[in-house]
Amino acid sequence: MTEAAPMLDVRDLQMHFPVGGGLLDRLRLDRSGLHLDRPTVHAVNGVSFSIDHGEIMALVGESGCGKSTVAKTIARIYTPTGGQIRIEGEDVAGYGFAEMLPVRAKMQMIFQDPYASLNPRQKVRDIVAEPLLEQTSTPQARREVPAQIEALLARVGLNAEHAGRYPHQFSGGQRQRIGIARALSVRPGLIVADEPVSALDVSIQAQILNLMKDLRDEFGLAYLFISHDLSVVHHIADKVGVMYLGFMVETAPRDVLFARPRHPYTRALLSAAPSIKEDRSTEEIVLSGEVPSALDLPSGCCFRTRCPFAWERCARERPALQDVGDGQTLACHLVDEPERDSTWQ
Amino acid sequence: MRDDSKTPLLAVRDLHTYFHTFAGTVKAVNGVSFEIGQGEVMGLVGESGGGKSVVGFSILGLIDSPGRIEAGEILLHGQDLVTAGEARLREIRGREISMVFQDPMTSLNPLHSVGRQMDEVLRLHSDLDAGARQKACVEMLESVGISRAAERLKAYPHQFSGGMRQRVVIAIAMLAGPRLIIADEPTTALDVTIQSQILKLMRRQIAETGASMILITHDLAVVSEMADHITVLYCGNVVERGRTRDLIANPAHPYTRGLIDSIPDTTHRQDRLRQIPGSVPDIRNLPRGCNFRDRCPRAQTLCAEQEPALTQQHGSLWAACHFPLAPGETA
Repeated sequence: MTEAAPMLDVRDLQMHFPVGGGLLDRLRLDRSGLHLDRPTVHAVNGVSFSIDHGEIMALVGESGCGKSTVAKTIARIYTPTGGQIRIEGEDVAGYGFAEMLPVRAKMQMIFQDPYASLNPRQKVRDIVAEPLLEQTSTPQARREVPAQIEALLARVGLNAEHAGRYPHQFSGGQRQRIGIARALSVRPGLIVADEPVSALDVSIQAQILNLMKDLRDEFGLAYLFISHDLSVVHHIADKVGVMYLGFMVETAPRDVLFARPRHPYTRALLSAAPSIKEDRSTEEIVLSGEVPSALDLPSGCCFRTRCPFAWERCARERPALQDVGDGQTLACHLVDEPERDSTWQ
Repeated sequence: MRDDSKTPLLAVRDLHTYFHTFAGTVKAVNGVSFEIGQGEVMGLVGESGGGKSVVGFSILGLIDSPGRIEAGEILLHGQDLVTAGEARLREIRGREISMVFQDPMTSLNPLHSVGRQMDEVLRLHSDLDAGARQKACVEMLESVGISRAAERLKAYPHQFSGGMRQRVVIAIAMLAGPRLIIADEPTTALDVTIQSQILKLMRRQIAETGASMILITHDLAVVSEMADHITVLYCGNVVERGRTRDLIANPAHPYTRGLIDSIPDTTHRQDRLRQIPGSVPDIRNLPRGCNFRDRCPRAQTLCAEQEPALTQQHGSLWAACHFPLAPGETA
């Protein structure tokens, strides 16, 4: 581990899930004999990115694009099928449960559903203390835990009397604060946040986003922030990765991405988002159809079945992510043949 | 925008819908009034617990025990639906007023084919014979953008994706040519590119048929792109209403202002969002005076003593606030 290593460096991450019911469902008979099908969901297909200390990276995309699977694989809830996950230079992709324990002091997770992610039978103080107790071994350190918990709860905007209550006594926004306190308890460098504000009302969402930003400034946290909401991403992220069908199609610093999105999917996503602003400057790309199944990926470019610009090369050849300057990377054949799109910037 | 002097298609007057639970009476809708003219789209906006869905259910007479409409009138073409019998309500549901629900998976019956569920509407509400009904179903499915419609009629809901299912639900809602469609969070369960397809579809269907719509949603951005008028609910009360552009640009009620400011702005950088402090009060035990006063930056002693009434403000706005915002003023 060196000083220069980024907080998180993900290389060629792959996560495939085998599916398909019983033996009889999967048996296939053809001319060459009897076969056993092995249907696989290609949830994540070679995703790479890195996050520096104190940096917020957002992953956006629609349902089924693999963004939550990336988060859960990095948090090692899943064991990746392939690729590397380096936390401060240390590859944890193949680690077992015991090996992960010290890593969890550096990386914690916040979940989408504040109702399902807290144990209803535990008091708030026990929920928040659990990761910390896992990381402390000496009796003396354990004696300090209650005082630390109290300080943490105060920091996320809850008070000492809340510590003795159960999760059902709190509103959604307060529960998300409990989840944040639990993640913060071990003083991690990286927090993986999977849609942390999606289940909250907009006025509460603003409170939680402000809190997460304040905590980043105070503790120098890095976030991997998963969201489907572009306005939330624009508010919180330093850089953004756009995913589609398990592939990263574009990455860029936040301001570059919102000012000059280049991948046809990113442009469609930005123009489809409703806005309370009266004037809309972006010309709209309307997508027809829906996302193809991850069981049966299209050949070539993953987006070609819905792309208004697709031509035969897109079916033949899968575009690789390439650097197009300004810290922007893009996986699209239009980079080589921009004349096919009159709106190309 | 329509002429206000015409009799409105639907007028809701001082509606009170309460739920009598063991833990106390939940005043989910507590004196809500609004009107919708022919061909108008009204957005009903608010956060969870605002009472917006209960308003929609009340109009269709879908409030079950322990809930009850305690007072108020719901006038469709001047006829009161609160006192109308179940037989009359059955005639109205689907034919004159239809509903699109949030979750297309649970609002379709998984055991019946889409064709059968569409056919049911026409069997109940038209005198067409089987062949004509089939033809009408195919045409309706095609008009909501489902290809190979004749074939897809035989398919079951699980064979459609979320966006396609919501198209089917919209097709069913439009089938009997209703005058009013109540859409309760119609795109909340959908992805943003699919949401934009469905919103376009609903806008086109409304323009073609001249129907009116109540769009119930928590999403101000969606409502600002769809609605002619907006009514904002908080704890079962109307806190503000007016024309969409007036209300979004210069709201008079601090709650509306707070909701708008809570939405992150993608056109320029803000360090912090302006947030509304606290959370919605327990609706079984509302504070005296103004329901919003505990979270309001402008609250004074008068707000704790007296409940504010809806009064006319600048432009087309009406707000229930003792200390409303002037145009351009921030909370």
